[in-house]
Formats: sequence, structure tokens, C-alpha cells
Amino acid sequence: MSSLNKNTFLNLMFSYFPIGMLFLSVFNDFDFNYLKIDYFSFNFLHILIFFWTLKNPDHLGYISIFIAGIINDVIVGLPIGISSFCYLLICTATAYIRNITLSPNFINDWFSFLFAILLINSIQVLILDLIFSIKIDYLEYLINTSFTFLFYPLFFILFNYINEKIIFRLND
Amino acid sequence: MATSRDDFVIAFRSAFLKKKDKQKFSLLTLLFLSIFVIILSNYNFKIIKYIKFGINEVVYKFSFLISAPEKKIQNINSHVKEHMKIYENYKNIELELEAFKQKELMTKFLKMENEKLRKLIDESINSEEILAKVLIDKESPFLKSIILNKGTKDKMKIGMAVVDGIYLVGKVVEVNFTNSRVLLLSDLNSKIPVVLEPIGMQAVISGTGDNYGKIEYTKEEYVEEIKKDDIIVYTSGLGGLFKPGIPVGKISKDNINKINFFSDFRQLEYAKIISYSIESNN
Repeated sequence: MSSLNKNTFLNLMFSYFPIGMLFLSVFNDFDFNYLKIDYFSFNFLHILIFFWTLKNPDHLGYISIFIAGIINDVIVGLPIGISSFCYLLICTATAYIRNITLSPNFINDWFSFLFAILLINSIQVLILDLIFSIKIDYLEYLINTSFTFLFYPLFFILFNYINEKIIFRLND
Repeated sequence: MATSRDDFVIAFRSAFLKKKDKQKFSLLTLLFLSIFVIILSNYNFKIIKYIKFGINEVVYKFSFLISAPEKKIQNINSHVKEHMKIYENYKNIELELEAFKQKELMTKFLKMENEKLRKLIDESINSEEILAKVLIDKESPFLKSIILNKGTKDKMKIGMAVVDGIYLVGKVVEVNFTNSRVLLLSDLNSKIPVVLEPIGMQAVISGTGDNYGKIEYTKEEYVEEIKKDDIIVYTSGLGGLFKPGIPVGKISKDNINKINFFSDFRQLEYAKIISYSIESNN
């Protein structure tokens, strides 16, 4: 039986969406920080990595995440390797959640996400402050973590829609 | 109890070591690799330095190309906004121009007087300027820095002052072959020795992470003195990195805790890098 979805370009677009977004957002700003709204910033990459490594890790490889972390460090000016380490810790958290979860639940995922980003931001602050003696604004980190947590449901809806399209097209 | 602990260990071990179908490396391998990279990047071995330069060159070029469309859109947006206010701006500029013309006469006189006085003490300041384009100005909420398109091949060195027009923007903290990173004055890690005029007090200013700075070290009488008049902050030249007298910002007597920088770091397209030497003819 022939497939109903023969648009290979669209299939390709959907299947490379997570990786495309990952590299686009490390090379380019995709977190609205340029809007310069006071006390507003969020980390789009954390949401992207958490969602895709939790729901569909085949479409966002660990090696791409590692390379994206290196690029992010170079662009932002952090010591090379820190972002990669933090992003991979998110992957560890999602891999663990996948292993212990029988029936996925949005609320569980959401609060696991909060725990994961609190943990990795704390580790990042500790490494930067204690090892590299780079001054960090703790309040800024807390605000960033809070908004990242609050924005998760919004991106969850969007990514979930795309993920369903990917699965549908693969199974078709 | 033992079973739940076993489950935890199995889930954790599986998370670290198990590879999904399309994953080529396990998480544990990559985590160790990233720790290895963090440790390596702190050593200044020649080979690591060259690898770092290579990565920086490639990443900065790519980032510049990829962020070009977004920058174009932002520029169009700010051009439209400027056009909307054109008449109002024109009237204000006319008034300001008249005031500046009067000030310029005074400045010319002071400049000549300054040159004469330097001749008297047999000292002259020679400075060289390099013009650079801003390649990347990624607005990170944590670290404030920009990337310029000039590097060691253009005789750039770490510690050089970077100015926007005549206003100080920051200092060069990393130099690659064709590009360099500038730490902006607004960064928390930026510390600049300055002099507060007209009271003539020495101080060190620090970034706050926002678009203003604060005075970190100065004399205790500062608070009393500063309340009398608006203060202009200039580089003092102490420490030998910066040329003395580069304007940095202004402290209003109504809000003495804030140094409003003269330059708007968000609008930077080009910058000048200044190196200087003081020659004593004695």
C-alpha cells in the first residue's frame, strides 16, 4: 500500500527539526533576551533538550548536544565544556525518567524538568564561581530558571505536535 | 527496600550506559569527554591554544552568518522607529548643537593648554587606533561581551581599550587570529580604574550585569562630595592599560549609585581599539 505522506521534503524538515532548532538557537539568539525586558530571560535550549531527549531521543543525538554545548560556550564566552556537561546532565535526567516511567504524565515531566534545571544551573554556578572565579548574578540565574520552568508547557504543546507528526510520518 | 534500591541503581546505570538505536556514544562517555574538555581548556599548552583559536574562528564566522537575517530585521525595526520620531529629534538636536558649539570653543582652548603643559613636563601620549566591526553581540543574560573582527593579525593585544566614538566600551580579553572578544563595562567581572570629575577622586568601577555600572572602591568622603553636582567618569590611566581621560559615563546627583554609560552597548556596530604609550622625553 502506498503512503499518503509522500512529501519527502516535509518529512525531512520534521525529522531534522530538533537538531535544526538546537544549532540555530546556539548560533543565533532564540530566547528573546534581545528584547531587554527587565527581569526576563529564559533558556530555550534547556526546554528543547529536555523535551526531545525525553520523548524522542532518536531525533536529538547526544553527540549533537555535546557539540552544541561547545559552540554555546565559545559564543557566550564561558570556559569550553561547561555547557556540554550541563546539557548532558539534562540528558541523564531524561534517560533516568524514561527508565522509571511506565505511563508518561505531563505534570511529572514538568516538575522533573524543574528539578533538572535547578540541579544543572546550581552545578554551573558552582563551577563558574568556585573553580573559574567568574562573578555570576544569582538572581539572574533564579529568574532564568523560573521563566524556563514556566515556559515549558507552552513549548511542550508545540514540540508535542511536531513529535506526533514525526512519529506519524515514520510509521506511515 | 532492597528491591527499590536495586531498581534505582538499574535505572541509573541504564541511563548512563545504555545507548538508544541511533546514539553512537553513551552518556557516560560524553560526560567524561566534557569534563576532559573543561580541564584541558584551562591549560595553556600551545596545541590546546591553537585548537581553541581554530574552534573560535569557525564558530564566530558561522554565528555571524547565521545571525545576519535576524540582525537585518532588528535594524529595519530600529530604522522605522527612528523615522517616526524624526521631527522631534531634529528640534532637540538643533538645541543641543548650539550648546555643543559653545562648548567646543572651550574644549579647543583646554586642549591647547593641555598640550602646552605636557610639553612643559616633557611628556607626550601617542595612541594608535584600529577600527573593527562587531561580529557577534549575543545578549546573554549572564555574561556581557562582544566579538570584533580584528585579531592578532591586526596587532590586537589582550587588555586594549575599546571605544565607541570617544566613549569607553570595554577591554579586549581574548584574541584569536582574525577576531577577538571584548568584555563590556556592564559585565560583572569588569573592573576599570577611573577618576571622578570635577571632584578629582580616584575610584574603581564595576559592571552590574545591567546597562549601568557602580563604584566599587573609592574614598569614604565620596558620598558627601558626589551629592553636590553631576559627576563625569573618565578613565584614570592607572594600571597602564587605558589611556587617561576616556569618557566612561555619568553619575547623576539624584541617583549616586548608578553610572549611566555614555555608549549604548546594544547598538554597537563598529568600535575602535586604542593602544597608547606615554613617552617621557627626560
